[in-house]
Amino acid sequence: MIDLTPATIPPKAQRTSLFVRLLKNPVGLASMIFLTLLVLSAIFAPLLTSVDPNQASLQDFLGPAREGHPLGFDSAGRDVFARLVYAGRFSLAGGLLALVIAAVIGVIGGLLAGYYRGWFDSVSSWLAGLLMAMPAIVVLLAARAVLGPSMWLSMAIFGVMLSPAFFRLVYASVTAVRDELYIDAARVSGLSDGSIIGRHILTVVRAPAIIQSAMVLGIAIAIQAGLDFLGLGDMTIPTWGTMLNDGFTNIYKEPLLILWPSLILALTCMALTLLANAMRDELERSAKPKKRKPLIATALMDFSKVAAVTHADDARTAALTGEVLLNISDLSVGYGQPDGSVKTVVHDVSLTVRRGEVHGLIGESGSGKTQTAWSILRLLPEGGHITGGAIVFEGKDLAEASEREMDRIRGKKIAYIPQEPMSNLDSSFTIGSQLVEPMRICLGISKKEATKRALELLSHVGIPNPQRTFNAYPHEVSGGMAQRVLIAGAISCEPDLLIADEPTTALDVTVQAEILQLLRRLQAELNMGVVLVTHNFGVVADLCDRVSVMREGRVIESGPVRAIFKAARHPYTQSLLNAILEEGEPRGELIAPTTRATTQGAQS
Amino acid sequence: MTEPLLDVKNVIVEYPVKGFRKDPFRALKGVSLDIRPGETVGLVGESGSGKTTLGRAVLGLAPVTGGEILYKGKDIAHLGRRERRSLSSDIQVVFQDPYTSLNPSLTIEQILVEPLTMRKIEGKAAARRVADLLDQVGLPSDAGDRLPREFSGGQRQRIAIARALALDPALIVCDEPVSALDLSTQARVLDLFKEIQERTGVAYLFVSHDLAVVRHLSHRVAVMFHGEIVEWGDGDQVTSAPTHPYTQRLFLAAPVPDPDRQEVRRADRDRLLAEQKAQGLQAGATA
Amino acid sequence: MFGFILRRLLSGVVLLFVISTLAYMLLYVGGGNIARRILGQQATAETVAQKTTELGLDRPLLVQYIDWLSHAVTGDFGTSWFTGEMVSSGITSRLGVTLSIVIGATVITAIVAVIIGVWAAVRGGWVDKVVQGVSILGFAIPGFLIALGLVTLFALNLKWFKPTGYVPLTESATGWLATVTLPIIALAIGGIAGVAQQVRGSVVDALQRDYVRTLRSRGLSFNRVVFKHVLRNAGGPALAVLAVQFVGLLGGAVIVERIFAIPGLGQVAVTATSQGDIPMVMGLVVAIAAMVVIINLLIDLLQGWLNPKVRLA
Repeated sequence: MIDLTPATIPPKAQRTSLFVRLLKNPVGLASMIFLTLLVLSAIFAPLLTSVDPNQASLQDFLGPAREGHPLGFDSAGRDVFARLVYAGRFSLAGGLLALVIAAVIGVIGGLLAGYYRGWFDSVSSWLAGLLMAMPAIVVLLAARAVLGPSMWLSMAIFGVMLSPAFFRLVYASVTAVRDELYIDAARVSGLSDGSIIGRHILTVVRAPAIIQSAMVLGIAIAIQAGLDFLGLGDMTIPTWGTMLNDGFTNIYKEPLLILWPSLILALTCMALTLLANAMRDELERSAKPKKRKPLIATALMDFSKVAAVTHADDARTAALTGEVLLNISDLSVGYGQPDGSVKTVVHDVSLTVRRGEVHGLIGESGSGKTQTAWSILRLLPEGGHITGGAIVFEGKDLAEASEREMDRIRGKKIAYIPQEPMSNLDSSFTIGSQLVEPMRICLGISKKEATKRALELLSHVGIPNPQRTFNAYPHEVSGGMAQRVLIAGAISCEPDLLIADEPTTALDVTVQAEILQLLRRLQAELNMGVVLVTHNFGVVADLCDRVSVMREGRVIESGPVRAIFKAARHPYTQSLLNAILEEGEPRGELIAPTTRATTQGAQS
Repeated sequence: MTEPLLDVKNVIVEYPVKGFRKDPFRALKGVSLDIRPGETVGLVGESGSGKTTLGRAVLGLAPVTGGEILYKGKDIAHLGRRERRSLSSDIQVVFQDPYTSLNPSLTIEQILVEPLTMRKIEGKAAARRVADLLDQVGLPSDAGDRLPREFSGGQRQRIAIARALALDPALIVCDEPVSALDLSTQARVLDLFKEIQERTGVAYLFVSHDLAVVRHLSHRVAVMFHGEIVEWGDGDQVTSAPTHPYTQRLFLAAPVPDPDRQEVRRADRDRLLAEQKAQGLQAGATA
Repeated sequence: MFGFILRRLLSGVVLLFVISTLAYMLLYVGGGNIARRILGQQATAETVAQKTTELGLDRPLLVQYIDWLSHAVTGDFGTSWFTGEMVSSGITSRLGVTLSIVIGATVITAIVAVIIGVWAAVRGGWVDKVVQGVSILGFAIPGFLIALGLVTLFALNLKWFKPTGYVPLTESATGWLATVTLPIIALAIGGIAGVAQQVRGSVVDALQRDYVRTLRSRGLSFNRVVFKHVLRNAGGPALAVLAVQFVGLLGGAVIVERIFAIPGLGQVAVTATSQGDIPMVMGLVVAIAAMVVIINLLIDLLQGWLNPKVRLA
């Protein structure tokens, strides 16, 4: 039955370089064009103007534009256009100097601290914090006070001040990947630390570091202009900042003077930031994990032609005569796509749950079982919505109900137990307050009453010390305890219907057995209807009365639990049951039993 | 009688605990087992039992503070980085999560070539080897220039297996290699493991929380609990008629995929728990 | 919680000590022949030597530092070399001016950024796009250019506000408002852009957490979950960015004060810097570092209150 040939692999995905994708991004392209022109104009300044940017003449004091001097003159009678173009050289070079120093210190420090940890990590992280504690401009002013007005020196110091920007980024990326399994795999493959950093870590750091560079360059250029604007810069070289200073001093006499350097400075900073953002957008777009396609099924057999199977009731299910709580008919669920289309993940699902019945929804990942469960609660993730069918609960179609009506139904009538116990508790609030708050709303009881009830519930779900758990924060209890807390929360308002989404998947098998037992007891006590979502046939066998098998968003077989296990008719259900290993043949002995194994068994 | 390939003797692993003068956390409290050439030894336990730590200790990724790990008679527990690296062609690994065990920005070929460069296999020879490896794990040869994200979980795990096989190791540590996979994918990947072992004679240290998976693949099984091996012996015996109270609990806790037999097992479990409680054996069993 | 506060307080004091030590060493070693710079090139070697002794600069650096430190802890930061004014009174007389602008800008940044960020995250769609686009621009354009733009538009052309000067709050509330509004807006725009982005990001992130679904499954309304649980969880990262922004605002105040001719610490800093008035510069460094330490401490306490896990760190 099980064939060893793997699934067909999907057609090769399109991969284009970041640069090419930036060229196709309008914002990225515009920014790059502007920056290229700016760099070219700075390099080829002598070709653009023949005027010396520092040549002053008193008779041209704030003189208007004229032939050869398209933007007129400043307060020292210097040509504004020439100064603007030449200033680009100093502003860009100063910014680059700061950038290079920041990047070299930050990247190397971040790599070493993140990869080796230890004392170097503590020291450098503390230093980074120290550098970030002081406003850069204040440090630059202090440096200026003792070292005098040198643009290169102040930009070098600023580079050091900016290095935490790279350090923190690289450090975060390295610590994120250093515990990745592929780093361990590379180590087991025999790679040296150097090769691991070069091959696996630098590649992760590269893109964010480039993005950060654009941001840092913008900041460096801005702060340098700010320093010069304060009149603390080197007055002998033309920079946009000194031009701003001159313009501001003469703002009443010649308002246009301040416009040109402001404009070019604002455009440069904007272009750098927008370029960084465009790069980030493009990277995020390509890094978005594509939805895993259910390749398993296509590999074995195409089941889509096989009609769905429905088994008749057996004696046990016929004995379930509680009133119909939930009746789902032809439910479809879809997600809106960026291109405006809708991707349907649940197709025409129908099922019925009576009071006192446990209905299992079983399927592999991507089968739509959890989507079905969430749509009963009307709590689908962003973008998801019910596209068709009806969910009739106690005579009301939930698919059509308003949010306000749903708020009254959720918790009180329909409750939910999630899969992952830890992430489903809010880590900022105590366990107790997360139990009390919903009860006060659903049951309209006082805080005191709710607290009393919460403590009773905690003890009822088998928590040994309810008061301690009530006061604890979620991170202070174990996963099994957290799941009991979530179950206590779900049953706190005595719901009629319970939606349990893989309630034991994240738990150890001995804890799972206890939780299953707890669920069985509570279900009987409260006579609830239960929709149990799971991928584990053992859990289904343990708890369920009826089962619906789902695959690719459809119910392909449904019926009493014994019919599914003993007389499955749909080939997909059969293939799933065949893949179960429980009670299968053991591997057996490799060679004749050795005395060694048996003697060692007892003592260790 | 065959000499063991790997002999783990009384191994202790301790992790330092953050904070002033705190006692280190002892993840393994003196663990012993051995693996023969071509054998699969299953290592079962729940979270925190130390099963993964033992696997990592064998790989040189966990700090061994006591005991020894003999590989072909030579202690490998305290090797320097350089000596450890030369062991890479003998002991390899397949990790649990096929999504994080492959570098997302490298192509499959780059991933598979990585271990080969250690043996100075380059150029055409490396390309031939990569094609051969892909074939061995049942992937088409044009898979080489794809990125990991273009593959499903099961296919990625095949790639991870191919990487482990690249240097013809004598032992592969498999750390929960199928627990992230869907049921039907899991069965096929397990069969691939079996088939490779029968063909190449590689030995596995197979770490899993799932008794059924371990039973399916292992010749001998060790059960771990709180950093110790509590039961160790023939696979069939340990997984169907366990003698240690913890293993008995573990065995009866896993639900059987059959409603009627599960009813019986549930009753058996209740009875066992009652008995053990009466004997005061149930320490550490509650969640 | 008490241990947490104590640890934070201690680390703040250590930080302040390290910064002042480093600053002292760099300023006094890097200053070269200070007496010569004060007296000018014409002064004779004799008067320079006399001045050096008078300022106590002929003593070993460590002795000078210990002397400075022992006075500094009592609040005495020496006297300015140029005006003869006490450094401490020079700073405290201007501190209020700068603080009123910087704290005003911080408060406005926090309030507006939270409103905009939450709105963008919850509404999504075009609101989100516009907020993101505008924040990128607000973040990109240097703050002092925004200040220049505001002066030109509102003060020079529209004449809604006074372009320059400062009226203390104690003198006239309306006068104070008329003089600080533009500087505060100029400072706050960049901060709002940065913090709003962070608020939006962390709210979007928090909204996708599993516990949001679970809380709603218990009958809590969307708004209740957003305002009670999501905001609290998103608050941590937003406060961290606010702390960084505060440092930026302090720096920005130096330039903005100059543009609006406000007699605050920035003006003192610029004057002291261009003169090379090292005791004054030193006092300013300590004052600003102290402000940063205090704000960080407050934000750390808020963090600890918001998220119990932080208290353990």
